[in-house]
Amino acid sequence: MLSFTIKSFFQKLLTLFFISIISFLVVYLAPGKPSQIDPLNPKFTPDDLIRFQKEFNLDKPLHIQYYLYYKNLFTGQLKSWKDNQPVIGKIHERFLNSLWLFVVGTVITWCLSFPVGISAAIKRGSVFDRSTAFLSYVMISVPGFFFAYILIIFVVKTFDIPVIGMQTFGMSGADAFYRVMDRIWHLVLPSVLGALGGIALLSRYVRAQMLEVIHQDYIRTAKAKGLSGDVVYYKHGFRNALLPFVTMFGMILPGLIGGSVITESIFAWPGMGRMGYEAILARDYPIILTLNFMVAVLVLIGTFISDLLYMVVDPRIRL
Amino acid sequence: MTANENNIKELHHGLTEEVSRFTEAWRIFKRNRLALSGLIIFAAFFVVAVCGLILTTGDNPVLDPAKVRLSEKLLKPFSPVDTEMIKPGDWPLFGKYLLGTDDLGRDIFARMMQGAWVSLTVGFVAVGIAVLIGILMGGIAGYYGAYKIKFMHVLFLIAFFCSLVFLASGQRGLAVDSTLLALLFLVISFIYNYSPPKGNRSAGTLSFLFFDTFTIDTLIMRFVDIMLCFPSFFLILTVVAILPASIYNIMIVIGLTGWMGTTRFVRAEFLSLREQDFVSAARVMGIPDVSIIFRHMIPNAVAPVLVSATIGIADAILTEAGLSFLGFGVPPPHATWGNILSDGKRFLFDAPWLTYIPGLSILVVVLSFNLFGEGLRDALNPKLRKR
Repeated sequence: MLSFTIKSFFQKLLTLFFISIISFLVVYLAPGKPSQIDPLNPKFTPDDLIRFQKEFNLDKPLHIQYYLYYKNLFTGQLKSWKDNQPVIGKIHERFLNSLWLFVVGTVITWCLSFPVGISAAIKRGSVFDRSTAFLSYVMISVPGFFFAYILIIFVVKTFDIPVIGMQTFGMSGADAFYRVMDRIWHLVLPSVLGALGGIALLSRYVRAQMLEVIHQDYIRTAKAKGLSGDVVYYKHGFRNALLPFVTMFGMILPGLIGGSVITESIFAWPGMGRMGYEAILARDYPIILTLNFMVAVLVLIGTFISDLLYMVVDPRIRL
Repeated sequence: MTANENNIKELHHGLTEEVSRFTEAWRIFKRNRLALSGLIIFAAFFVVAVCGLILTTGDNPVLDPAKVRLSEKLLKPFSPVDTEMIKPGDWPLFGKYLLGTDDLGRDIFARMMQGAWVSLTVGFVAVGIAVLIGILMGGIAGYYGAYKIKFMHVLFLIAFFCSLVFLASGQRGLAVDSTLLALLFLVISFIYNYSPPKGNRSAGTLSFLFFDTFTIDTLIMRFVDIMLCFPSFFLILTVVAILPASIYNIMIVIGLTGWMGTTRFVRAEFLSLREQDFVSAARVMGIPDVSIIFRHMIPNAVAPVLVSATIGIADAILTEAGLSFLGFGVPPPHATWGNILSDGKRFLFDAPWLTYIPGLSILVVVLSFNLFGEGLRDALNPKLRKR
């Protein structure tokens, strides 16, 4: 196990090195230099351009730029081109905002998918099974932004509650209770939206996994012993169906950044996805690159954790 | 009828009738009503998209998606055209705005028809690119995967890659240097391969540069792993935003970020097919690799690719809509469903049809592709065939 861990760690490190090269190249080789972002701005003289290039190492050869970029990133000195603030600090601030959405969305996903998937598997072929199957296809197929607008129209018209942003403007002086309620209301819609696709996929997966387990011999034995349905399905069946989901715990980490660009833009939620979108608009390369790199690191950490968990949970696997 | 054929007839007597693979798949597919309706909607969408292309192009199109009529802003669906203000030449089809108008008085019906074709082509071309790359990479990894790459070839690849990168970044000097280096490595490889004595290559003076490193399979599959680490939507958004806005760039970028799944499927299929008797027989008969791969193996490996391609089209349409929504989609002269939705978001409460019509259309089309793909997966699954 230790040897596997060490080997896997170094493999991931090597992968990360190549990822760093590719993500650097994708952004830096694209046509349109960042220094040309505002060529018509009369205040942006050629002298300023040279100063700009010098300040951000853009006049150096590509491999030196690569080295300096990652050196600055790891020493925390990397600065945003837009406002000259340290990238790490900016990301940290946005990260805390995104974390809320992510945690609530994940909790909703996992709390809903399991009951739905298990009962769909137990009542296979029933109206419930077929309607949840159809609903999950609809949820996968619906464009997130369209669904967001339907929800906004619905919530605003029926409940008369503001849903955009993280809190209602002018609420900062209010009572703590009202402020907390306000925050929760603002949190509901975006996190439900973020959870939708996850619920659809995960509940289908739970159903498939449960179906596989239900047809095993030991379930038949348990039923033959005269155990009640609940005990058979939830104690004997569910435990064994749970195995593959341990690995999925690792896979949800990257959702922290990648999946939230559209949702956060619609709800004006100051999170990481929205920061990425703003950085793309402003051609703020350090932030784009750092976000890309962070997602890759999260994916690698996620797969690493799920490999380890799998080994711990499933005694049949000894890598 | 020859004796031989009679014999064969005799042999088949009493066995179940032979059913072709297609008939069998169709029989299973038909039973799944959701999948069947998916196929019907898909076919209808195809017809609509082609009609849309024909009706909205040309100098004087039947449906003009770009005609601005400022006096006819934000009209409800089915509202008639104002015959006094608008010249007869600018009237919409049947003299009515079937799906209403937007904030510039453009006919939403015409724009939707044009957008259908855009969505269809984006989906098909992007997935086509992804599937082509996927089959190529997966095929190489599955069929030639066991070959070891020599150290010198790794050096050559690195030098070649560097020269491309430096060329693209406009650093001429470094590009020339690394190209020369790559050429040098290439020449050394040639000398090594064709140098006498042929029988005793390992004794050559250059052999210390030609030890085995890793296999082709490792190279390709590690690359797949690396590509899977990127957040796909964010990466697409980044590249599309940096490149000049064009519909072709979007297709290519979506295609270039979507080939990893196909590669994995094709590789897995090839690995198992390669060991089967009919492939060994073909190899023994001296059939060249190319025709083994294309005539014998790819037809057997195509089922999972078809399924993932169908679902991939759905994803590509959704991605394009998402990009258009964020303002990085197909540039303005073209109407797309994502564009219409994005323009309509400012009039969410005054003109909700600008949101509902394109949104529901995207939903229905993507849903039909997903249902069709799932039905196809069941129909092509050998476990579900009648025994």
